Amino acid sequence: MEIKIPEVGESVREALLAKWFKSNGAAVAKDDPLCEIETDKITLDLNADVAGVLSIAVAEGTTVAVGTVIGSIVEAAASPQAPAIDTSSQLVEKLAEPASSPALRREMLERDISPDEVTGTGKGGRITLDDLFARIEERSKQPPASRPVTPPVKPAVTPAIQEAPASAMLQPAVAAPAPPTVVQEARPTAVRTEDAPLYAAGREERRPMSPIRKRIAERLVAARQQTAMLTTFNEADLTRVKELRGSQREHFMQRHGIALGFMPFFVKACVEALKEFPNVNASIDGDDIVLHNFYDIGIAIGGEKGLVVPVLRNADRMKLYEIEQAIAAFSEKIKTNRLAIADLQGGTFSISNGGVYGSMLSTPILNPPQSAVLGMHAIQDRPVVRDGQIVARPMMYLALSYDHRLIDGREAVGFLKKVKEYIEEPEELLLEG
Amino acid sequence: MSETIFDLIVIGAGPGGYVAAIRATQLGMKVAVVEKRAALGGVCLNEGCIPSKALLDSSELFALARDKFALHGINVSPPQLDLGAMMLRKDDVVKKLTDGIAYLFKKNAIQRFQGSALLRGKDTEGRHRVEVAAPAAEGQQNLLDAPADTVTLTAARVLLATGSEAAGLPGIPFDGQVVVSAREALSFERLPEHLIVAGGGYIGLELGSVWRRLGVKVTVMEMLPQILPNMDRQVADTLYRSLRKQGIQFKLGTRISGVRRIGSKAIVEFNDGTGSEEIDCDKVLVAVGRRPLTAGLGFEELGVVLDGQGRVAVDADYQTSVPGIYAIGDLVPGPMLAHKASEEGVVCVERMAGQHAEVEYDYIPGICYTWPEAASVGRTEEQLKDAGIPYRSGRFNFAALGRARCMDESEGFVKILAHQESDRVLGVHIIGPRASDLIAEGATVMSFGGTARDIALMCHAHPTLSEAIREAALDVHKEAIHA
Repeated sequence: MEIKIPEVGESVREALLAKWFKSNGAAVAKDDPLCEIETDKITLDLNADVAGVLSIAVAEGTTVAVGTVIGSIVEAAASPQAPAIDTSSQLVEKLAEPASSPALRREMLERDISPDEVTGTGKGGRITLDDLFARIEERSKQPPASRPVTPPVKPAVTPAIQEAPASAMLQPAVAAPAPPTVVQEARPTAVRTEDAPLYAAGREERRPMSPIRKRIAERLVAARQQTAMLTTFNEADLTRVKELRGSQREHFMQRHGIALGFMPFFVKACVEALKEFPNVNASIDGDDIVLHNFYDIGIAIGGEKGLVVPVLRNADRMKLYEIEQAIAAFSEKIKTNRLAIADLQGGTFSISNGGVYGSMLSTPILNPPQSAVLGMHAIQDRPVVRDGQIVARPMMYLALSYDHRLIDGREAVGFLKKVKEYIEEPEELLLEG
Repeated sequence: MSETIFDLIVIGAGPGGYVAAIRATQLGMKVAVVEKRAALGGVCLNEGCIPSKALLDSSELFALARDKFALHGINVSPPQLDLGAMMLRKDDVVKKLTDGIAYLFKKNAIQRFQGSALLRGKDTEGRHRVEVAAPAAEGQQNLLDAPADTVTLTAARVLLATGSEAAGLPGIPFDGQVVVSAREALSFERLPEHLIVAGGGYIGLELGSVWRRLGVKVTVMEMLPQILPNMDRQVADTLYRSLRKQGIQFKLGTRISGVRRIGSKAIVEFNDGTGSEEIDCDKVLVAVGRRPLTAGLGFEELGVVLDGQGRVAVDADYQTSVPGIYAIGDLVPGPMLAHKASEEGVVCVERMAGQHAEVEYDYIPGICYTWPEAASVGRTEEQLKDAGIPYRSGRFNFAALGRARCMDESEGFVKILAHQESDRVLGVHIIGPRASDLIAEGATVMSFGGTARDIALMCHAHPTLSEAIREAALDVHKEAIHA
């Protein structure tokens, strides 16, 4: 049974094999998670289709094309005679290995490092824990693409480099017999290689960007460069929404099994405002303006691997509780790596809530080809004037970033003001929707 | 019935099973243990390692009081044996230790099911089913067990740790009274007049020693021309001489062909190659080996494959030919030792949890608890010769060691075998006082890939028995100080 990188979406052509959960030769049960793959859109787990013994063909950390066979499962039924454990191990082979310790051997197995990859610096060539960590550090610096092709490259193992730090440290104390200029000529290659000198180990760490991170970076830069983005601000008084939530909390929880948050109100408010300002819900395609007669609202959710923006379809037809449930379902999918490409596609407008992290004010960035994005922020009691009196009210700053090519300032400001009004007087929303 | 779905079902609560169960709960698994006996701990705790060591220590003290106190200037009237009290103490030691495991089970929330287990294939969810039949009716116990006759447990993984049982002599079945296994030989109610031990391995020699020290006439019959065939030859020969000096009689190269019972006595027919002979005795301890307990578990129905020797074939994960079914300890190849089973149990469940654990079979020590004790780790001289590995040997006799002299324990020696070129320690063999504890240094040094020179350079306290190890290491390079 071959294990292949599956088709995960139209535009996805390659994936990073991020991690094998099972080791080569391990027995796997049906549906056991085998490995994690990362594409530029999502990460997902591949599970075993059958029970058997796993054979790994592609090492983790490798980027492979969709459809590539990365391993196979040898079904147990095919080979009833299980291989025997070797209780009388190969002494002669082991004698060739440098001396280590039980804990070190365990660590080497965990990290898939063979003893001959590590240079032992202890008594009689013994491998010490420091030797192992040095090797791990070194391995992490190798570019991932070259790793599977050239396995035993050991740049830091050549005597010149290995001895450099020790002798370099002695340098100030011991007067060098050779003229200093000569030493400087001889040394640069040893000390100033691309690897940081060993004494600087740990001051910085270099790791390859994951496909998702790369994709995020590309899209953010593109949004900046290809649109005329600017941001307008307003603020909303959440007194009424808070009251409504408070009075309906128990009831809502009982009926729908989920707590009522702020997000559904904002989704609703945006949908109503979008209806009044159709350009905010539109996009530019070449020389055309595409107006959308549907309201698919992207909700930015921060995941471990980066930000993703799953889309609420036809949000105009959703009830408050349905919106709340849909967002909870997305969060769960992100946590368990089950988000599908389809969940992320389309979207006519987005909402980003920096408030959950405590942001007071920010300028969200567009998610092209969408033309606008609403930024929500933290709710804080602030002094405001009501009926000539200074009173404390739960306030939130709102930001709308928009593509000025398509949306005029008047429309943007009007849209945001509309959202503010709906939030401040949610009854209107409820009557509408 | 309480919850019956588990992450792991362990069958057998011996040193392999109970240790695996505890480790598995530490790793977050929900674990059930099925055990036939009322007491946990398996053969090791109930009728093996622990009760035999309790009796070895008691009988050793008795022999010391009788034979050696006078040498130390302690005059006592000849000590009287109270065999009943000695047995009660042994039972008490066993009970304390098995209760200790029950406590550990409670502490780790391991669910215990008493009864015999039968593998019943998979349920619709793909989990293995294990049917537990309550133990056969035994007086009042039956009342407790009656309501739940059988219970079916399910789990994604099942770990078989049923261990082994004493193998009999062909054509001479155990009868529990005259022809007995180690279990009965640990609980004789009165001293036999003449005990014949069939088998010159660890078990036979240890139990033979117990009864010999208490004054019984003991004859060991061994089919091979030597005792302890897997031990280093020099060690085995030294032990052979020492045990003979203690009064144990040996008939080597001898095959027992039949046992005739006459009342509570028996006549053993044997052939030592020169013709058939007969000898009177009242107990025959058969200790010719152990065989894995694979019967009655439902192996055939499920397709669990055995190897040529009747042991369960497993892969590096200890998984059998049936995915999700694992086996460790005496069921699988390797020496039948409690500590080997425990080691495999831990490694097996750690690998289930995705850890890269491995049993390092090269560094598992083996011990024969006679007096002097014999202990070894690594290769014997014979094995190194066979494998063509160049080595040097260093040896030091306890007779030249201050502490051993003080203890009046001057028999035996330490032998260290090191690689000719790398000086890596390949084997440590000890016969002498407390060899069982001394061998730990050998196992440690070998695990760390140490050399004879390493041992020689480590300071050993004076006066201790451990100095013999250092001197033997020095002797590898012919630099021993006291030899």
